[in-house]
Amino acid sequence: MLESSRKAQLYSIIPYLKKYKKSILLGFVFILLTNAIGIFEPYVLKQAIDALQGEITSKRLFLFGLAILGVVIAEGFFLYLTRQTLIVMSRFIEYDLRNDFLQHLQKMSQRFFHKFSTGDLMARATNDLNAVRSLVGPGIMYSSNTIILFIGATTMMLLLSPALTMYALIPFPIMVLVVYKLMGKVHDIFKEAQEQFSKITTHAQENISGIRVVKAYVQEEREKRYFDQLNQGYIEINLRLVKIRGILWASMSFFSGTGVLLILWIGGSKVAAGEITLGVLVAFFALLGRMTWPMIALGWVINLTQQGIASMGRINEIRYAQPDIATAAEADLNITSILGEIEFRNVSFQYQGQPVLQDINLKIPCGKTLAIVGPVGSGKSTLINLIPRLLDATGGSVLIDGRPIRDIPLDVLRRHIGYTPQETFLFSETIRSNIAFGMGDASANQYEEAAQISQIHDEIAALPQTYETLLGERGINLSGGQKQRIAISRAVIRKPSILLLDDALSSVDTYTEEEILSRLRQLMKDRTSVIVSHRISTIREADEIIVLHDGKIVERGDHQHLLKIDGIYADLFRKQQLELELETL
Amino acid sequence: MSTQEEEKLGKVYDATLVRRLMPFILAYKKQATLALLMILLASAFQIITPKLTQIGIDDYIQHNDLAGLRIIIAVFIGVLVLGFFTRLAEMYTMEWIGQHIMFDLRQKIFGHLQHLSLTFFNRNPVGRLMTRVTNDVEALNELFTSGMVAIFGDILTLIGILSIMFYMNWKLTLATMLVLPLLFIITIIFKIKVREAFRAIRTRIARINSYLQENISGMMVVQLFNRERKNFIEFDKLNRDHLDAYLKTIFYFAVFYPAVDIIGALSTGLIIWYGGIKILAGQLSFGELVAFIQYAIMFYRPISDLSEKFNILQSAMAASERIFSILDQKQEEGHAESEMETSPHLRGEIEFSDVWFAYKDDNWVLKDVSFVIEPGEKIAIVGATGAGKSTIINLLGRFYTIQRGKILLDGQNIDSYGLQHLRRNIGIVLQDVFMFAGTVADNIRLGNSQISDEKIRQAAKDVNALGFIEKLPCGFDERLIERGATLSVGQRQLLAFARALAFDPAILILDEATSNIDTETEILIQAALQRLTENRTSIIIAHRLSTIQHVDRIIAMHHGEVREIGTHEQLLAKNGLYSRLYRLQFSAEQSANTPIETPVI
Repeated sequence: MLESSRKAQLYSIIPYLKKYKKSILLGFVFILLTNAIGIFEPYVLKQAIDALQGEITSKRLFLFGLAILGVVIAEGFFLYLTRQTLIVMSRFIEYDLRNDFLQHLQKMSQRFFHKFSTGDLMARATNDLNAVRSLVGPGIMYSSNTIILFIGATTMMLLLSPALTMYALIPFPIMVLVVYKLMGKVHDIFKEAQEQFSKITTHAQENISGIRVVKAYVQEEREKRYFDQLNQGYIEINLRLVKIRGILWASMSFFSGTGVLLILWIGGSKVAAGEITLGVLVAFFALLGRMTWPMIALGWVINLTQQGIASMGRINEIRYAQPDIATAAEADLNITSILGEIEFRNVSFQYQGQPVLQDINLKIPCGKTLAIVGPVGSGKSTLINLIPRLLDATGGSVLIDGRPIRDIPLDVLRRHIGYTPQETFLFSETIRSNIAFGMGDASANQYEEAAQISQIHDEIAALPQTYETLLGERGINLSGGQKQRIAISRAVIRKPSILLLDDALSSVDTYTEEEILSRLRQLMKDRTSVIVSHRISTIREADEIIVLHDGKIVERGDHQHLLKIDGIYADLFRKQQLELELETL
Repeated sequence: MSTQEEEKLGKVYDATLVRRLMPFILAYKKQATLALLMILLASAFQIITPKLTQIGIDDYIQHNDLAGLRIIIAVFIGVLVLGFFTRLAEMYTMEWIGQHIMFDLRQKIFGHLQHLSLTFFNRNPVGRLMTRVTNDVEALNELFTSGMVAIFGDILTLIGILSIMFYMNWKLTLATMLVLPLLFIITIIFKIKVREAFRAIRTRIARINSYLQENISGMMVVQLFNRERKNFIEFDKLNRDHLDAYLKTIFYFAVFYPAVDIIGALSTGLIIWYGGIKILAGQLSFGELVAFIQYAIMFYRPISDLSEKFNILQSAMAASERIFSILDQKQEEGHAESEMETSPHLRGEIEFSDVWFAYKDDNWVLKDVSFVIEPGEKIAIVGATGAGKSTIINLLGRFYTIQRGKILLDGQNIDSYGLQHLRRNIGIVLQDVFMFAGTVADNIRLGNSQISDEKIRQAAKDVNALGFIEKLPCGFDERLIERGATLSVGQRQLLAFARALAFDPAILILDEATSNIDTETEILIQAALQRLTENRTSIIIAHRLSTIQHVDRIIAMHHGEVREIGTHEQLLAKNGLYSRLYRLQFSAEQSANTPIETPVI
């Protein structure tokens, strides 16, 4: 990463920190107090040892012991406060970041979600968020603590014996450097190990899901050998990791031992020469003991910071992405509802340079139904997605009630549309809240009526918890047809001006479909419907039917007319007749 | 579901499980002995340093003996250097053993899975099996590296420290130990509290993440139904819950760390006071006082780590239980026969006689199916989805066992053939052609070293695959990724043909690809198919007009029954099931190659 962009990422955290200015300030004060008090423990120790060499009563000795305890209790109190301010703050920032993350995603269009997969976004919301949290929490706390402690302890050492101080501090810079370097290496190798591990995972997954093929070709032994290779690679990386980690830990005790050694040697000589007292020597041991862990932590914190900055960069990629579909600047905020007349004028749509829709001209008056048929990839879903502005046309114009669609505030437009997408998506909540999903509050009458229209009410009523039944992992699993019918209820409960059904009845049997359609016809008497379907039975009653092929309208008219043309539609109709015959055989 | 599974914690130590794990450990007896030796040495070197300090102070510094001090320093340096290397060696050998045991276990589980029956795989979701091979094995690694051995090392260290302290001054030792119960209690309370809090955090973060995931995948629905605000409020609540749970743990940590420091100070205070009195009485030296302070600090870490180690043991036991439950699964019968066994080439006569089959209970997928296929005959099976076409393939390869009836191969029941022998004689080309990770040549040869490069080339040429293979940057050495995503459907099909031809099976089973293939490739495929089925019993699940026109006989199936058998002309003349299927599936190709998809196929 470039130095300048690193800085930019680091600065982007500042607004989050600003909110907790007070906590940060207070935290620093607490760290200062913790250390200012803490370094007196070695001092008391020194006084006690020195006093022991002269005349001292056991009562005074007891007081020395008590003083040590007192100092550490006071120190501990401020240590407690430090954690309670700084670490708590970091969790609040994590909370803020996570909320902002979702809020930002909510503004993004489908285009964005094609670019960033769910897995990718989740990784940023979890791993990267954690890395940033570590940066603002432990990162800030430990680094400032180490610096302040270092200043305090050095001052104390200088007061006790300037000559010995220099020697005592020798191991620290080396220690910080070694820990920093090794930790960095550990991080790199760890990443490598994770990559290899994911290869193992992928292979195991491929193998298990393709086990039938493996068996059919008698490839068990070969698969084992390949797995063996991956496994071998993993063990090799891990052993490299182990080596570095081993060196890291072994050198930590080595360096702290070196400190003790230097003080014993140089300090011991000075005691022997009468330059310092034995108490000073002991105080140096104690000060050194206090500094060892924070110094180790410093090497760790530097790495933490680097990872945190890199992660902030990845989060910023999302935060800085511009929403490309929003209420337009020219939108007329006086529009609060729509009637439902839809018009497409020379509409075209391109995706990554490829034309998906071309020269689409349509006019659907209020109360009419348009049906769309066509093969996979012919542009049916794209066309329907232009109406609620899930996508914006790249050429021509879409008009609602005779006005350009961008004149209508986005939320108003969508509020008056009931949409059932091709892939049924229900949330792991109760059936009731799934049906009432797009309503502020819905009365029992409302959702039951919606469920009746989509012919699912009886089945829901038969469940032990009826409408309060949970769906998904923690609840029950519905069949594809049941899910589709709930998704239809979710659309119709809004009594929308425009109803969009994108292949929404494909898993529903023909009889039920017939019932649903006839109810919908009543409901949608004065409203506009657009229906995509593969089944002729679904659409034969539509006012207008268009056949899409390669993004163009190739046939249009009502059922009778299209049969007369004897083209794609008529062929499809005959095939479906045959299928029906087969069913009855 | 999976989180619940992981949460289920059982015993810390289970003798049966440990006994079953023993062989895996005993495979590395030598290394384990070395590791133990290193632990012993590393602990000794660690324990000895305060003692050296004490000698330095008492014997030399106090007596102004600088030469003597230098000797102690020299010893000290030696101890540090040796300590560095023994610690390194200890960690390395221990992890080495752990890694190798993990390797062995993983290999064993994976190998075992290869020979389990498809019924087992139908019952167990892929995700669950994956966890066994990956995470559970990882958890067991911890058992060896941070669990058992580390506990052993810690106990050794503690015993060592105690012995030296008692040796120096037993009364002061007892006085120092006074704070230990306090440390113990505080640690235990802390661990219990933190474990509860962490459990709360885990469930809450899981809730946040699944909510977030659901909202990302369903963002379109959220936006269409104007739910952004409401879902955000819901998310905020979950996020807040998570924060609250964390605030609790932060509090516990904020109390625990200072508390441990205070207990440490308490013991230092005790040493100063009581040790000071002893010094005044001439019963303790200054060096011993200093050493005591250092030993007291050394004592803490292993004790506060102990409960952590028990957690590791517990989850490792649970993981090994799950692993063994896989290893206990019975493997497919007949897989074990030696690979070298080369029975004579089969002629390829197939007979289904009154076969009944159900994947589950009595949902019959095949009902009383009977037919005979002569050696070298080409047969097409047609029928709507669910007619039972693929099941016939599954049964011929003995992936499942039939409930009633007989399947005969060259007049012998297929159960009497060894699995590998049977499957090697049947070449199956499935719709979704599976490419194994490796080169193009590897994918044709499939590990059979008897197939020469020459033969591979010839096979590729015979099925018209040579053209596109030679256009690949590395030709036959081009590496394919799994599932062969870099190749087109048609190319994969041709490669699978080459594979089948190179293996020269007695029986060829082909499930034709339904996807649209361009006309050029289609012509290549049809020519290759001709070549491939020459002099070979062939069963083709046909989706193409050109294919059914070239077979000897057609079996038309419906709802698990054989309805009609005969030649194309005979069946068309019957004007029954086949003629309808024919019009539905194949007539379109004849007319205008209409692009409308027919969901039935």
